Amino acid sequence: MTKKNALIAGLAVPVMIAILLLAGSPRVTATDKPSAANAVTIDNFSFGPQTLSVSVGATVTWVNRDDIPHTSVSTDGLFKSKVMDTDEKFSYTFTKAGTYPYYCTIHPKMTGQVVVQ
Amino acid sequence: MPDKKHDLIDQNLQDLNNDGVDRRGFLKCMAWAGTGLVWTMSGGVPVSRAFAKTYGKDAAKGGDFTFVQISDSHIGFNKPANPDVTATLQTAINKINAMPHKPDFIIHTGDLSQLSKPSEFDTLDQVLKGASAKQIYFVPGEHDMLSDNGEQFLQRYGKGTKGTGWYSFDQKGVHFVGLVNVANLKAGGMGSLGHEQLEWLEDDLKGRSASTPIVLFAHIPLWTIYPDWGWGTDDSEQALSYVKRFGSVTVLNGHIHQIMQKVEGKVSFHTAMSTAFPQPAPGTAPSAGPMKVPADQLQQVLGITDVNYVVSGRSLAIVDSPLGASGSSASAGSGGAWR
Repeated sequence: MTKKNALIAGLAVPVMIAILLLAGSPRVTATDKPSAANAVTIDNFSFGPQTLSVSVGATVTWVNRDDIPHTSVSTDGLFKSKVMDTDEKFSYTFTKAGTYPYYCTIHPKMTGQVVVQ
Repeated sequence: MPDKKHDLIDQNLQDLNNDGVDRRGFLKCMAWAGTGLVWTMSGGVPVSRAFAKTYGKDAAKGGDFTFVQISDSHIGFNKPANPDVTATLQTAINKINAMPHKPDFIIHTGDLSQLSKPSEFDTLDQVLKGASAKQIYFVPGEHDMLSDNGEQFLQRYGKGTKGTGWYSFDQKGVHFVGLVNVANLKAGGMGSLGHEQLEWLEDDLKGRSASTPIVLFAHIPLWTIYPDWGWGTDDSEQALSYVKRFGSVTVLNGHIHQIMQKVEGKVSFHTAMSTAFPQPAPGTAPSAGPMKVPADQLQQVLGITDVNYVVSGRSLAIVDSPLGASGSSASAGSGGAWR
């Protein structure tokens, strides 16, 4: 870490704490934050990670970081997102073990799968 | 990485990219006029000629006519490089209205809207109302069928069409067919026409004289440009097999927001610029997302396509004009056989 970055980081922590204090009770806590492990990011017309492994009962959240709308739709009809514009999200909870392929119905070259164990 | 596709890349885009792609490769394929490209189909051989001269003389002849293709207006898109796509569509319409030869009609090759919202279609209608050509033919893009399988599109722009919005019509001896290749797309695939539409197309063309000039138009290219980005139509080969016996076939597409052309036998393929935002040349970016260009260069990568049909010789001359170009441009230069 450079001196400058260390300085910024040193400043940033108290500032963030101050913001959280000012906002009253912190709105985002470690527990209700979607786990990064259960997230699929849509970027550059692709799902990342393309294969996501989760446990039974996990809620997977897709978020679209492209400037173009996308969807996340199960190939076998299990789930179907609405159109996600930039920064919009879709979540689905997987209750059974299995492999669930999905794709973007607007750009069908975009495919991915969720493996539930 | 020698790639034949790169030989067909629009020079305008290349000028912006300045990415070192060999320019001689496509200069030998195309005759450029700075702001417009002219070529004429004559028995399957592309011949370029002076645009301004041609129009002055031939436009007045009985039976000849002109139409304009616009594409990918994406009303509702508001991000870089174009926060105001309504304004650039308006510029396109102003350009059409200012043409010395009045087009008989306009064809919009899809992606009218960004998100299929009623308000987006309303805005589009408002702008198109100002076009001097009152007849506008539409085919949907994937953005026009986002939430309702294209129901709204059909109600607004597809009255009297078949299936998901396909149809044909005749104009002064030329047979036009609007096709839909953005419905019911399959995972991992590209554009798709589907069995029902292909059957209809075969039937629609049956019994027509081989000397009838045919114009096919659809949103996604009906030739494979770049499969990695889905820039093609899985079952287009079958559709094209139905037009093989015709002497003059012109295929007009949008979707890729840049000009690409190819001639195969008597079929000439052409994609139009968008009126909203440019997209990168195949493989030159991590994805097909909007290409960001400086604001003062935007109008050079957006544009309209002007098609002039001349009865004598049953030829179609296609001219692409960036929005930023003023007046008509003349193209001289040798006709190029390419490939």
